[in-house]
This record gives sequence, C-alpha cells and structure tokens, in this order.
Amino acid sequence: MTIAAVQSNPAPAILPGSGGMRGALSDLFWRRPKLLLLLMLLPPVLWLGIVYIGSLFALLAQSFFSIDEFSGLINREFTLKTYGDLFQAANLDIILRTVTMAALVTLASAIVAFPIAYYAARYARGRWKALFYLGVMLPLWSSYLVKIYAWKLILAKEGILTWLLAKLHLLWLLDAWLSLPIVGGNSLSVSFTGTFIVFVYVWLPFMILPVQAALERVPGNLVEASSDLGASPGQTFRNVLFPLALPGIVAGSIFTFSLTLGDYIIPQIIGTSRLFIGQAVYSQQGTAGNIPLAAAFTVVPIVIMGFYLWGAKRMGAFDAL
Amino acid sequence: MRSDRGQRAPLGLKIAAACGLLFLHLPILLIFVYAFTTEEKSFVWPPPGLTTQWFAVTWNRPDVWEALSLSVRVAAISTAIALVLGTLCAAAVSQTRFFGREAISLLVILPIALPGIITGIALRSAFALADIPFSFWTIVLGHATFCVVVVYNNAVARFRRTSGSMIEASMDLGADGFQTFRHVVLPNIATALLAGGMLAFALSFDEVIVTTFTAGQQQTVPIWMLEELIRPRQRPVTNVVAMVVVLVTLLPILLAYYLTRDGDQIAGSGK
Repeated sequence: MTIAAVQSNPAPAILPGSGGMRGALSDLFWRRPKLLLLLMLLPPVLWLGIVYIGSLFALLAQSFFSIDEFSGLINREFTLKTYGDLFQAANLDIILRTVTMAALVTLASAIVAFPIAYYAARYARGRWKALFYLGVMLPLWSSYLVKIYAWKLILAKEGILTWLLAKLHLLWLLDAWLSLPIVGGNSLSVSFTGTFIVFVYVWLPFMILPVQAALERVPGNLVEASSDLGASPGQTFRNVLFPLALPGIVAGSIFTFSLTLGDYIIPQIIGTSRLFIGQAVYSQQGTAGNIPLAAAFTVVPIVIMGFYLWGAKRMGAFDAL
Repeated sequence: MRSDRGQRAPLGLKIAAACGLLFLHLPILLIFVYAFTTEEKSFVWPPPGLTTQWFAVTWNRPDVWEALSLSVRVAAISTAIALVLGTLCAAAVSQTRFFGREAISLLVILPIALPGIITGIALRSAFALADIPFSFWTIVLGHATFCVVVVYNNAVARFRRTSGSMIEASMDLGADGFQTFRHVVLPNIATALLAGGMLAFALSFDEVIVTTFTAGQQQTVPIWMLEELIRPRQRPVTNVVAMVVVLVTLLPILLAYYLTRDGDQIAGSGK
C-alpha cells in the first residue's frame, strides 16, 4: 500500500464496534470479565468435578458399606466394619509390607539420583546439560510396561544378569543372596529384591528432576567457601549440600513414595505371591468382588500421603517442585 | 557472581553419575536386541541368533493392529479434550486472581498426584453405580481426566512468560476479544500447547493402570502388553511390539523438548 492510499483513507480515532453477535459478545466479556472467567472455568471444573471428584466420593462412600459374607451381596448401610477388617493381621501385613517397600525404594532412589542431579546441576554445561536433561527425560517418558518387561528379560534365570555374573565368576554371590529369607527366592524375577530394583528403576527419574532443581539453586561458591574454611568434602556434603538439597529430595520422595504405594503391576509381574496394597485393592474389587474392602484399602494410601504431604510442606518441599 | 564455571568434577562423582545414567538406559536398549533374537521360548542371553522374521509375524497379527488403532484413537480424542480443558483452566488461573484459585490448581493436579489405582477404581465404581457399560468413551473419560494436568502445566508456564500488556495493546489497537485471541494469544501459546498435546498423547498412549479399570474387554496397546506379560503367548512378538512402543513414545517427547527448550520451564518435567 502506498502512502497516498493510507492518507486518502485515514482511520477514525475511535473504531466502530465490530457489530453483530461476535462484537456484542466481545463487548460483554470486556465489560464483565467475571463472566468470561466463569465461562472459562466452567468446562474444566465441571469435568474434573463430576468425573473425578464425583467418582472419588462414590468410592469413599462405598468404603462405609459392608459385604454380606454369606450371599456376597453388598449391604448399603453405614458401618465401620469394613475399616475394622483392615486391621486383620493379613491386611496389616500387606500395609506394612507396602510402606516398608515404599520407604526403601525412596531411600535408594535418593542415593542413586543424587550424583546424577549434582553433576547435571553443577558441572554439566551447554550441550552436556541438554544431554543430561534428555537422558533423564527419555527414560521417564518411555513406556512403563516396556521398562518392566526389560527387567523381566534382565532378571530372568537365563537372562543377562546371570550370564554376566557367571562370566565374572560371581554366581555364588547371587545364589547366596537368593537363599536368604524374605529378600531371596527361586530367581531374582520372583523375589522382593527384583521388585525393589524395578521400583527404583521406574521411579528414579521422578527423584532426579526435583533434586536437580534444588541443587541448581545452590551457588557454587558456597561449596568453595566451605572447603576454603577447611571442611573436608564429606563435611561439606553433610553440612552444606545435603541440607540445601533436602527440600528437593523430599519433593522427589513424594513421587517415589506415592507411586510405590499405589502400584500393583510391578509386584504382580516381578515379585513373590505376597501382596502389596495395590494388588490387594485390585483382587478385592475384581475376583473377590468385595468393593467396600477395596475402597477401604484405597483410603490407606490417601491417608498416608496426606500425612506425608503435610510433613513435606513443613519442610518446604513444595517450593522445590 | 557464580564462580563455578570451568571446574572439573571429581572422578568419583563422574563415575557415579555415568553409572546412574547407564542404569537408566541399558535396560531400554536391551529391548532392541531382544526384538531380533531367534529364541522363542525363553529370555536366554546372549541371543542364539539374529533374525528379522518377527517383524513380519507381528505385522500380520490382527490383534496387535486392533490394539494399536484403539490406543491411537483414545489418545487423540483424550488429547483434544485435554487441550481445550487445560488451556481454559490455565488461562483463567494465570490471567486473573479470584477466590478458590488454589483449589482449582489442586483439582487439576489431583488425578496425577494420587496413585493411579485410586483414579481407576473410583471411576470403575462410579460406572458401576451409574450403570454405564464399558466402551470407547469410558476409556477416554479416564484418560482425558489425567491428561488435563500435562496441558495445564505447559500452558500455565507459557502464560506466565507472556506479558499481559500485549493483550491490552491489541485491545487498544482496536481488536475485539476474539481477534486478540486469534492473532495475539494463540500464536504466543501455540508451541506450548503443541508440546503439552504431545506429552498428553504420550501419557495416554502409555497408560495402563487406570485403563485396566475402565476398558472392560477392550485392548489398548499397554493392556495387550500386560496380558502378554502375565500370560505369554508368543514372546518374540511381544519383543517387537515393545521396541515399536519405545520408538513411538520417543518421538513426541523429543519434539516437545525442542518446542519448549528456550523457555525457563521445559515440557515434560511434570509427568
């Protein structure tokens, strides 16, 4: 467009409204931003409110029903009997086993994650930083079942781990470990050790990311100052790095802990026949048809995570997320 | 001033970090080797021979194709729903302050913060109470619910970096609300939405825990794999499918990373 063309048709100082339905709607939203906000929030809140919160309440309500032991029918009257069933020795065993596993998995993930997170946060630069980031992100997003399957291949009796140990003449070590009570078994893929390794593997990226985020915020000269003042590397780690990384570790532990509490597929595929909470929920609602007890079982991880989140919040973990 | 540039890492730390990364990657690489093994009955290592015949066998299996088609359709529709709901929610939460804002962000994050089995069994018992039979849409209902958070996280991060004065400038220059959305807001958030959409797609494509409760007799790819893991029928076919699944999920993640890598928050950190 030439200058003359613009000059011959100057725009008015105040544009007319665009008119029609669209203009009217646009003006209405401008005058009443609350209405626009309401219209924007309505679909997501309705969806999540009805589909998700609605289902959660439907589930929780059922935990106050009970099952008639003779007919197998669900008795829809308020009772705390189902919660009482949770405290039977067998069920307490399941809860204790799951919480112990979750705690161990969390601890091990923190130990394995720390060097990766620390190196990525403090030493990796440019291209290496991107590589580290993708190196954590790709395993995080690769298929959960494929990861479990890969470990089934590794831990199988005829698999790569046994082969490797045989080459290193260390088979006696594996046999000694497998003959131990509780952690042992016929082969690694049907033992608690196997379950533990796979849990650590699958949830590890969830620990690395928040720990790295926390360590990124630690200025490097703090570590130098500590060593200038005569601290050994061990002392620097204990008194400077670890306290500053702790909120990140706690943030990561929320994931590792919660995910282990609720998982039922890993212990089913790689593990013993002794149940975890997730498996108990699954079998109660499926084969046993005892939905009230299944619902009561799901309340256990919710309550444990409630306490865990409350404690984590007090340690400032949410700022590290 | 940070004084830690150009320093060398202690050897022990280097080794520990490298071992950690190897621990994360070697098992996945192993899948690629097993897809070519000639062994049919066991997981024996090293593979007695290499072959590509299992790719042809897998290609001719109708059950694999059906599962793949169902997974892709579910993921596409769930992603579309999550894109709309997640963007609306992110726009509302980041542009304005209102009573209950915190509660809304909690509501969005909850489906992914609580263990998947709780979401799954809650949906199943709700379907049972309301007498809804299992169908394509019951799977979508579950998937869209937890995909919203991925889109929401990406969109919120982008909205935070987009200055509100641009919208005001557009309005001052005479654009109405719809024009502003079309020509100013949308181009700004487009890559974040694309990244969020891809992650949502990958999340839905891979989901198994909630799906076991909402699928009934239908088989998505993860359900098919789970079935094969519990009751193996033809192990080499499982190997090939596992390899293809790894490759299929790899692409959207890499793309999402390249779309958002200039930002201060990169997509994917909030799975």
